[in-house]
Amino acid sequence: MHYLTDDEVHSLEQKANEIRQSIIEMLVEAGSGHTAGPLGMADIFTLLYFEVLKHNPQDPFWEERDRLILSNGHICPVLYATMAHAGYFPKEELLTLRKFGSRLQGHPHKETLPGIETSSGPLGSGLSQALGMALAERIDNVYSTKYFYCLLGDGEIDCGQIWEATMHAGKEQLHNLIAIVDRNGIQIDGYTKDIMPLEPLAEKFESFNWDVQEVDGHNIRAVNDAIGKAQAVYGQPSLIIAHTIPSKGVDIFERDFKWHGNPPGKGPEDRVEKGEQARVALQKLRTLSGTLMTSDYE
Amino acid sequence: MSNFSVAQHLNPKLFSDDIEQVPNRHGYGEGLLEAGKKNSRVVALSADLTGSTRTSVFADAFPERFVQVGIGEQSMASVASGMAAMGKIPFIASYAMFSPGRSWEQVRTTICYNDSNVKVIGAHAGVSVGPDGATHQAIEDIAIMRVIPRMVVIAPADVHEAKRAVLKAAEYKGPVYIRLARENVPVVTTAGSPFEIGRAEVYLERDPEHKKTVGIIASGTVLHNALLAGKRLNEAGIGASVMNLATIKPLDTGNILAFAEAHDALITVEEHQVAGGMGSAVAEFLAEERPTRVVRLGVHDQFGQSGEPEELVAHYGMDAGTIVATAKKLVE
Repeated sequence: MHYLTDDEVHSLEQKANEIRQSIIEMLVEAGSGHTAGPLGMADIFTLLYFEVLKHNPQDPFWEERDRLILSNGHICPVLYATMAHAGYFPKEELLTLRKFGSRLQGHPHKETLPGIETSSGPLGSGLSQALGMALAERIDNVYSTKYFYCLLGDGEIDCGQIWEATMHAGKEQLHNLIAIVDRNGIQIDGYTKDIMPLEPLAEKFESFNWDVQEVDGHNIRAVNDAIGKAQAVYGQPSLIIAHTIPSKGVDIFERDFKWHGNPPGKGPEDRVEKGEQARVALQKLRTLSGTLMTSDYE
Repeated sequence: MSNFSVAQHLNPKLFSDDIEQVPNRHGYGEGLLEAGKKNSRVVALSADLTGSTRTSVFADAFPERFVQVGIGEQSMASVASGMAAMGKIPFIASYAMFSPGRSWEQVRTTICYNDSNVKVIGAHAGVSVGPDGATHQAIEDIAIMRVIPRMVVIAPADVHEAKRAVLKAAEYKGPVYIRLARENVPVVTTAGSPFEIGRAEVYLERDPEHKKTVGIIASGTVLHNALLAGKRLNEAGIGASVMNLATIKPLDTGNILAFAEAHDALITVEEHQVAGGMGSAVAEFLAEERPTRVVRLGVHDQFGQSGEPEELVAHYGMDAGTIVATAKKLVE
């Protein structure tokens, strides 16, 4: 792993802010889509694509790349925005999100956009796919240095399939499988603690033979260090519980579950107004390193 | 004497009482083993039914390429998708009721929508599962698989055809569903019988002298019943031919059209709901291309039940006697 200097952290934070701005522009233009998750995960996606991942935007099918499997496909605006900023495709294309004929489908589709490792949207299946990839890799090369990153939402941990895969990955001791859960405490119907309480989440995964870390998902250095530790774990898959603030960066949307599945604003006029407010909020944002260490919601 | 003809490559004991009886799922184990020897990219996954799906044959030979997922059919489908994304050719096997029955969405999204090179093996399909009863008798699987874009659907008649289907599926790039059955069934074909994905074969040609004609199209283990019925009908003065429609999707429309044109009416036979199954596929095609009377034999909007395989197949009207009676009524 690589320890980040202060300058590098600052540069990544700025990049994350640009990606948040792109997310707002995309959603305002699309008129539908999810706001809270993409904004909340902007720091982690920035860190992954600009620091952690072994990948080549000019050669998306490069065999030796790490694999990033987005299980909660509905937060794809942050995936698309980060990929565009990383050079996978022109940023102008971001404004085609959710439109007819676009490569940026409402939920990601592997076949339309090179660099997307799997089509996702129906929740709960990404972890199984990431573990399948890691298993296949182990058959071919036990000394592989590829990592398989699976990004999960906390709400989708309700799905039974997540626990099938969690049990299976623990059994297989897949040390190159690293799952990162966006622990933002909300899902579409409300707060996770009301819909289906998840705690004690870390203990649950530990009991399935996973290495578990908890981290502030907006502290880029802390997340980078956690991923470094996860890469060093042997004989166990790793889970990083990243505590994030839904809609982080845009104070008018932050922490409110109603922005889980809605674009910024209802109707075109409201979206123009909310979009402008969001832009102002992001311009004012000086640092993204929050101080949240335990979930505000449970 | 009736002058019907039977395809040369079929079992010489086709109409003998001592015809060999073998479950067609045995062909999966044999085919998978051979596919695994031919291609090291072939891997097999099982959800705690390794023995009865015959995956064990492969698992014993290639333990490093076998994955035991436990009783988790949904995860198994997606794990296979992940393995396929890394270049493997995964075969996932369970009972059809559980895979693809329980894992339909995972098969649709993570396998077919991704165009994953995964082969789904649904064993213990049909009411002939017998005493286990309706919970274990998948009679909806053809319908739910053939409606998914890209999915190839094959219902082999016997052990040889199942083996050939598995070998062809391993070579074919893309998702394939193969439905198998639990019980002993007559071995209709031989190791030398031809098999191509998407190709229907006429196994019994009617006596050309008979004026009244009926074409019988069968898929899966009830094919032998159709052949027995075809023989009896020709002997009774009705010109019946029998087609083996092992691949239900893609449909061999050319051969089905010619078969429809050569007969007054058609009967389809399958161990499946008549809604959405092979008979539906044939009727849908012919309704648009050449409106033809098609009587579909199978289960009519009911669940199965416990019983002996033969009595259940007869009860739900897929036995030779029902086919003969249906044909007579149809042409008279």
